[in-house]
Amino acid sequence: MQPMADRITRDDVAHVAWLARLQLTEDELDRFTGQLGAVLDHAADVEALDVGDVPPTAHPLPLENVLRADTPRPGLDRDVVLGMAPSAEDGRFRVPPVLGEAP
Amino acid sequence: MSATATGWETVVGLEVHCELATATKLFCACPNAFGAEPNTNVCPVCLGLPGSLPVLNERAVELAMRIGQALHCTVKPSIFHRKNYFYPDMPKDYQISQYDEPINVDGYLELPDGTRVGIERAHLEEDTGKTTHVGGGGRIHEATYSLVDYNRAGVPLVEIVAAPDIRSADAARAYVAELRAILVAIGASDARMEEGSLRVDANVSVRRPGEPFGTRCEVKNLNSLRSLGRAIEFEAQRQITLLERGEAVVQQTRHWDESDGRTHTLRSKEEAYDYRYFPEPDLVPVAPPGEWQDQVRALLPPLPADRRAHLAAVTGSTPAGVALVVERGLDGLVLAAVAAGADPERALTHAEHNLSMEGADRLDPAAFARLVAMEVAGELTATQAKAVLVDMVETGDPPDDIARARGFEAMGSDALTAAVDEAIAADPDAWASYCGGNEKAKGALVGRVMKATRGQADGKAVTALLEERRAAAPGPA
Repeated sequence: MQPMADRITRDDVAHVAWLARLQLTEDELDRFTGQLGAVLDHAADVEALDVGDVPPTAHPLPLENVLRADTPRPGLDRDVVLGMAPSAEDGRFRVPPVLGEAP
Repeated sequence: MSATATGWETVVGLEVHCELATATKLFCACPNAFGAEPNTNVCPVCLGLPGSLPVLNERAVELAMRIGQALHCTVKPSIFHRKNYFYPDMPKDYQISQYDEPINVDGYLELPDGTRVGIERAHLEEDTGKTTHVGGGGRIHEATYSLVDYNRAGVPLVEIVAAPDIRSADAARAYVAELRAILVAIGASDARMEEGSLRVDANVSVRRPGEPFGTRCEVKNLNSLRSLGRAIEFEAQRQITLLERGEAVVQQTRHWDESDGRTHTLRSKEEAYDYRYFPEPDLVPVAPPGEWQDQVRALLPPLPADRRAHLAAVTGSTPAGVALVVERGLDGLVLAAVAAGADPERALTHAEHNLSMEGADRLDPAAFARLVAMEVAGELTATQAKAVLVDMVETGDPPDDIARARGFEAMGSDALTAAVDEAIAADPDAWASYCGGNEKAKGALVGRVMKATRGQADGKAVTALLEERRAAAPGPA
């Protein structure tokens, strides 16, 4: 059922879930450990190939340098923007107290 | 500093963030403007609203390239990553940045004294919003809530990462000052530390000279060159004290507090963030073609280091000797005055000592050259020339008119000789003493001449005349 689950442990999944601020149940942890293991198995298949002369694919679209001119356009009306927020004060978004400095 | 005095070497690596002088943000068309009313420059992209997509600003790429070129970097094909973290200053819950493939790599910056600091990379990323903590006296941990302004979210930044080549607080300050001068010269940023458009983080460690690098601490919240220098000196000494006590330096991020002059623990390595970087799927690679790179390079103005070298060559000084004049932007004035016939050394001296005031760079070079000529010809003393110069900057009037209006008439040599002879006659004791070899006695005689001529005599000419008279006087019996 979990052929190569050792590629990723249940603890790894719990850690990744915490980084993404996802609260998973015990059942979900088991299930996702299996599923992510299968994804990594697939990646291992690709890794087994010799791709020495294949340039890395940065993006599935064969495009680069998609740019726009540096010309300003008015944005959204502040009252509309703040009206969408659960709480606002003094022209700014009001958020719960933050613990610690920005990373 | 004490760190070297006690046999320790300070090692500093600097990370500088500068806001680019674009008209719009990095990934949307909102105005990039400092000081606007909160949340008036926002749109679905920089607010991270569902369904919005980023589109890269061409001008930001151009300015990033310009910075790379000015720092002698290689411009490379690059991609963007998402740096994921949860903090209300970024409404998307990630910052778009360049990670393992930045646009500029492997350059250097040359300081006025000729030493080079390696530049590891200079990459593009977006700035974050501004949070204000309310309650608890503005202290984060005691705040009851926070207010967020997203005007700054998405403003283009270039982060310039230097190699750990800096060895003192003074050199760190010199590096940031030079980098700021370059950024301003090439029009990439207004680079104002006090407005936050230039922000500096310092990685500080200490070691015994010749040994491997020690454990480093990153110091944040450095809002001025003064803070930068003080923080590095404090942090190096803190680490030296630990090591000399036999304790270890713990790798951590520390916060500089300007009011108590100390650094404080912000977070340790164990608490370091795992940003889960992954390629930004909404943006394609940016790989400036060689042709575009050449166009940008062709528009690069002379850099401060080139300007120092040129001015030093023209005036017979050294790059370090002309650094202040170039920093004030007066090199163009001096060069134009020299081209108009001014004595290079005198012109440089005035630019360095007498032209620190506002508007000095708008002085007419021909008029400046004329003033220098009047001084060299002995029509004005050094003190008078300085006074005329101040008036020239203020009024724009020609130096001849100002000198005449101020009564700085050229002293004829006959009048000067008469004044010197009167001084000798009026103070025979000083004269005898001077003739007896007491050089100090000369001061009293010069002083009399100056008083009699109301300061219009040229001190050097008076001295020369006194020496002439002494040589001609009969020697002591």
